[in-house]
Amino acid sequence: MAHFLFGPFLDNEFLRQSLYAGILVSAICAVAGTFVVLRGLAFAGDALAHGVVPGVAAAFLFGFSGVLGAAIGAGVMMSGVSVVTRRYRLSGDTAIGLLFVGMLALGVIIQSRSRSFAGDLTNILFGEVLGVSNSDLVWQFIALVAVCAIAWFCRRPFLLLSVDDGLTETSGFSVKKYHNIMLAMVALTVVASFQTVGTLLVLGLLIAPAATGALFARRIGTMMVVAAVVGIFSTYVGLLVSYHANVAAGASIVFCSVLEFTACAVVVEVQRWQAHRKDIHHDHDQPHMHGHVHVS
Amino acid sequence: MSARIEATGLAVGYGHRPIVEGLNFSLQPGELLVLIGTNGSGKSTLLKTLAGLVAAQKGSVNVLGAAPGTQHSLVGYLPQHPVSSHTLPLRVEDVVAMGRYAHLGLTRRARAEDHRIVQESMERTGAIAYKSRPLRDLSGGQQQRTHLAQVLARRADVLLLDEPTAGLDLLGRQAVAELVAQERARGVAVVMATHELSDADTADMVMLLAQRVVAQGSPATALTDAALRECFGFTQPH
Repeated sequence: MAHFLFGPFLDNEFLRQSLYAGILVSAICAVAGTFVVLRGLAFAGDALAHGVVPGVAAAFLFGFSGVLGAAIGAGVMMSGVSVVTRRYRLSGDTAIGLLFVGMLALGVIIQSRSRSFAGDLTNILFGEVLGVSNSDLVWQFIALVAVCAIAWFCRRPFLLLSVDDGLTETSGFSVKKYHNIMLAMVALTVVASFQTVGTLLVLGLLIAPAATGALFARRIGTMMVVAAVVGIFSTYVGLLVSYHANVAAGASIVFCSVLEFTACAVVVEVQRWQAHRKDIHHDHDQPHMHGHVHVS
Repeated sequence: MSARIEATGLAVGYGHRPIVEGLNFSLQPGELLVLIGTNGSGKSTLLKTLAGLVAAQKGSVNVLGAAPGTQHSLVGYLPQHPVSSHTLPLRVEDVVAMGRYAHLGLTRRARAEDHRIVQESMERTGAIAYKSRPLRDLSGGQQQRTHLAQVLARRADVLLLDEPTAGLDLLGRQAVAELVAQERARGVAVVMATHELSDADTADMVMLLAQRVVAQGSPATALTDAALRECFGFTQPH
């Protein structure tokens, strides 16, 4: 049994590298994903993930760094959304949707010039978790430190943005400025993660672990820790399933994280149902009391 | 004593369309201005203008001697129905502590004084009773008390309250009236939007709005049957 669970990682260096990358990506996504979930930026996160496609495709075609290409793609996506929203008074959703499909289409067009069109596109969309190099790990570690630093330094405006834009502005923090910093943090997360799980699936690691954390946590820090644990566990189980069942690794990781959310949501629902039943029994057993809070 | 808020020929609204024009008023320390009107009458837009969230369209307005939205730590704003995400994992005391962020800025650490003010604000609204519970698990009234405590924690010189009694029972409404009286006693100027005529009982000035100023003055002079009929279409029992 022990060999079934740990053998693949002990025997194969590439799988160990994948696990390390998965742990780093899970930690990055836990921090950024927490604010994505709280601020309701899932669609923007998805768009950013697809916005990097033309940059990465151009990098594949012209032979420069995929990370640089992804960063350029994310930058163009963010600027485009900002310009369309501001100049044409369209809703954020419409602007994101426009840029989302436009950038994805451009990515496919650029990639179609490549000789290995299908293979390269699959790598961009679904990642190459089993082909992680040491330099990838170093870059992901730097990205983790940067994302943690941004989240810590901007924790107050980010928290306020999660509650109300008006409250943020009247507390002395510019909504526009800190919303853009938050988007930049998400973009950095996408750029750091796409090589491991792919642009199509990175949203899964951004959303599912953080959403699982939100089910249980009472504080933002706890939500991040739960999200990181869920992400890391998903990485381990996903890689194990992929190894033994010979299925796609990146997709297995993301699917595990969504399954974990589903299982936790069921547990929370059962707990609520039990609490509700307990309340009903309590009301039947005791005379009804009307307490009120003293306000001085 | 200098006025906390001064507005002259003020027009408020969104885009190029004014909702209310010709607003003239001055509020001294400790005074209460109550804004009464139907939905869409301009109450919230006026409060947002005073908070610096919406630009004034015409006229002049200053809050604490400066342009609105520039004295963050001295102006407390309670928005109408503060949004609280279903997923927001924040305890009541964390939400109230956010009221100190305008003083703390980006990096300053909260000191014992900040913690004391947060604690005291929760005690004053009764939110202390559920301070460790997540906001998302609370009733509408409890959430409103939490947001009120957050505004009080700012220790502002001007309070802008948009329907602070919404979602509260009779006891809660009385508690809000008492809190407003306490704040006025320490020199805070309060502007409060409400649907409840009884909220205007202790006001220094009442403004009846219906996309224009229907009546303005002391409660006795502004809340006449004729003015109420013009504002609401019928006379409300007072």
